[in-house]
Amino acid sequence: MPPTPAHDAALALTRFGLGARPGEIDALGSDARGWLLAQIRSDGAPNPPGGPTTDERVEAFLDYQREARQTRRAASPEAPMTEPATDGGPEPAQAVFDARRDSRRALARETAQAFLRRAQLGATTPHGFAERWALFWANAFTVSATKFQSAVFMGQYEREAIRPHVFGRFADLAVAAERHPAMLLYLDQAQSIGPNSVAGERRAAGLNENLAREILELHTVGADSGYAQADVTEFARALTGWSIPGARMAQAGRRGRRRAQAEQALGRGFVFRPAVHEPGSRTVMDRAYPEGGVEQGEAVLRDLADRPATARRLARRIAAHFVADDPPQALAARLEQAWTGSGGDLAVVARTLIEAPEAWDPTPAKIKTPYEFAVSTHRALDASPQRVQPLQQALAAMGQPMFAPPSPEGWPDTAADWAGPDALVKRLDWARSVADRTGQTDPNVVAAGALGARLGERTRLAVARAESRAEAMTLLLMSPEFQRR
Amino acid sequence: MTDPFQIHRRLLLGGALAGVGLAYAGRAAAQAGGPRRKLVVIIARGAMDGLSVTVPYGDPDYAALRGALAVPAPGQADGALDLGDGFGLHPSLTGLHGLHRAGQLRFAPAAAIPVRVRSHFDAQDVLENGGEGLRQEADGWLNRALVAAGGSGALKGLSIGAQTPLILRGAAETSSWAPGGRVRGEDRIAALLQDLYTDDPMLGRNLAQGLETEAMAMTVGDGSPLRRNDVNGLGQAIARLMTGEAGADVVALSVDGWDTHARQAAQLRTRLAGLDQVIGGLRDGLGEHWADTVVVTATEFGRTARTNGTQGTDHGTGSSLLLAGGALKPGGLIGDWPTLAANRLFEDRDLAPTLDVRSVFKGVLRDHLGVDRAALDGRVFPGSAAEAPALGGLV
Repeated sequence: MPPTPAHDAALALTRFGLGARPGEIDALGSDARGWLLAQIRSDGAPNPPGGPTTDERVEAFLDYQREARQTRRAASPEAPMTEPATDGGPEPAQAVFDARRDSRRALARETAQAFLRRAQLGATTPHGFAERWALFWANAFTVSATKFQSAVFMGQYEREAIRPHVFGRFADLAVAAERHPAMLLYLDQAQSIGPNSVAGERRAAGLNENLAREILELHTVGADSGYAQADVTEFARALTGWSIPGARMAQAGRRGRRRAQAEQALGRGFVFRPAVHEPGSRTVMDRAYPEGGVEQGEAVLRDLADRPATARRLARRIAAHFVADDPPQALAARLEQAWTGSGGDLAVVARTLIEAPEAWDPTPAKIKTPYEFAVSTHRALDASPQRVQPLQQALAAMGQPMFAPPSPEGWPDTAADWAGPDALVKRLDWARSVADRTGQTDPNVVAAGALGARLGERTRLAVARAESRAEAMTLLLMSPEFQRR
Repeated sequence: MTDPFQIHRRLLLGGALAGVGLAYAGRAAAQAGGPRRKLVVIIARGAMDGLSVTVPYGDPDYAALRGALAVPAPGQADGALDLGDGFGLHPSLTGLHGLHRAGQLRFAPAAAIPVRVRSHFDAQDVLENGGEGLRQEADGWLNRALVAAGGSGALKGLSIGAQTPLILRGAAETSSWAPGGRVRGEDRIAALLQDLYTDDPMLGRNLAQGLETEAMAMTVGDGSPLRRNDVNGLGQAIARLMTGEAGADVVALSVDGWDTHARQAAQLRTRLAGLDQVIGGLRDGLGEHWADTVVVTATEFGRTARTNGTQGTDHGTGSSLLLAGGALKPGGLIGDWPTLAANRLFEDRDLAPTLDVRSVFKGVLRDHLGVDRAALDGRVFPGSAAEAPALGGLV
């Protein structure tokens, strides 16, 4: 099937975006590439509106932690105290317990609302490519809600650390992501203490290597780029001091305050604590970094971001996400060259992706993730999710629970991961429940509007000849053209 | 519209299992005559801390290395459940302790994959693909074992969860099932979709298998829906999928949450209780078939001998490999205990491995499922003949 402007318009919306809303394909016109390129903006990808800032969430989180400590104290008054007692002794145990539980629920509710707002943006945005690009980078720097502490900050993480930087320099995106409380809490960085730091000398060594390891393995150069365990440890030492306000080690800082410098609040919930920073110079992947404060860890991170191995790995990942599970080598190479040639300018990489001939192959290849399936279904029906709970349940059943990839590796990206036997049954169940509620909407119109020239004859006929509207709609949603992009 | 013959051939749902049999016709020699033997492989993802599972309380260096995280010796408060030989089970594993007393639990205290890596994902790939190095195989050893056992007709494989794990990916077709789905009675939509999937064989095949398995799970059992936190119930539901004429013989399931870098004690208590209950549920659900079953629990690597600065442990090397089941031969430790003496730790930080996990897998596949010895060394675990000979005497 030779590409035509009509086909390209449909492709621009379905492969590069989150699917077409009624009329969108026709309105797009004949310059599909231009339409996509116009979504690349230096101020980043659009943000879901509303919601508290990171600083506000930090306050709420610290309040919750305070209540949690009071609950523990109230529950076992003879347990060793980790903080000096507040005035007036422990409150009645039940009231404290209720306050903590309510705090926790309030925090969780706001995170769920952040997810709903993001899904609503996905369902209504005219900038589908920018949205997909933003989701890709949030996944490349995965923070998961499987941990309550990081769950609290998911919305703010995507809004403040990821989206503003997705069309900027990769190194800037990396720094913003790794400094955000969501990441520091998810990968246990906030409590990491340098063994030879002021605080570390007062207690057993408290170095935590998790963040350093995942930055090397998952966020930048990758596991087979030749770094050794010693590099992980050295990087972890360089990162000590990267923390959040009010972390429990504040106590350590307090004791050493006479000698140590005060902690530095550097904005958006990021705090640098010199008292727990491991002194000395560091060597990571054969590069030396002189003794320093927060800039030491940042220098290592920026160097890792600039390495060719990082460009190669992430270029391939971009190609695999947008085009094919096993992407054409030529495409990955072209993206890599654009990356290294521009010093990691993601706007240039995005442009290269859009202009790459391989990205316009008409055959639908990639299986949509459950999120993409759910959002594109809403778009096809000119709808937007109204409540978070049904959406949460559907996505959990299909294997992609809200904000909660099972590990720092993030959501996987291949057909084998998303289109297994049970996953397809769950999609069918959900498609049927949606179809049952579409009332008098004409499925033929929906099919044409959602897929345009990508609608195949077999599916078109099946939808047209179905026994009922519900049956037609189910067939459309489960068709190969709609399950893939 | 659609050919009525096509609808008949693809009849997928309902209590009648006639259509189900088609995909798995022709049971071959491996299971001919006698009770059908069952194998469940549980993959503990995240590096399960073997030193807290099969606690070496009798090792003179254990308590000092683990400090506050050390599980107390049997007899003390929250103490280990004695296994003899200076080992005990974590106190959460009460069901497994009962199995041990009945001669239905064995363990290798210091097993590991053949490659030294500290990345979860690389190591899990090696654990599941059964190759001798990184990124060697694109499929899983358990799937290759199904092929070696006589083609997809001889042994039926089933993975639990929405995604098929690497261990069961490959040439042999397998089913998958995850709790929580509903099945509608009509098969019309399924047949219509098969038509749409004419040019998309992957979707066609996978949807068909998913619907078959769903039908079995919901009709063979008592039909009561599974409560979300009912781990024992999950074990029983899996057991139901393994019984009956069309039941699965080989099941793979994953249990997450073992990466205890911080505040390990509480997290392990919960995780191990869950593991204990899922195996307990399997035993309860399998009933008389438990006597012909082996459950293997393996993880990609263990954790450091010492604790870290956040009341947890970091990535290590040797860990415990557990075998449970009525088909096991009672016996002692599997493999040697290298001790936790300072000069015996691997890289001065980890429990040193003394046994390649493949040896245990091969021993179970050979003696329990009758997989051919030459196939095990050649195709199922390529390159393992010298390095990891099959371990006998387990089953």
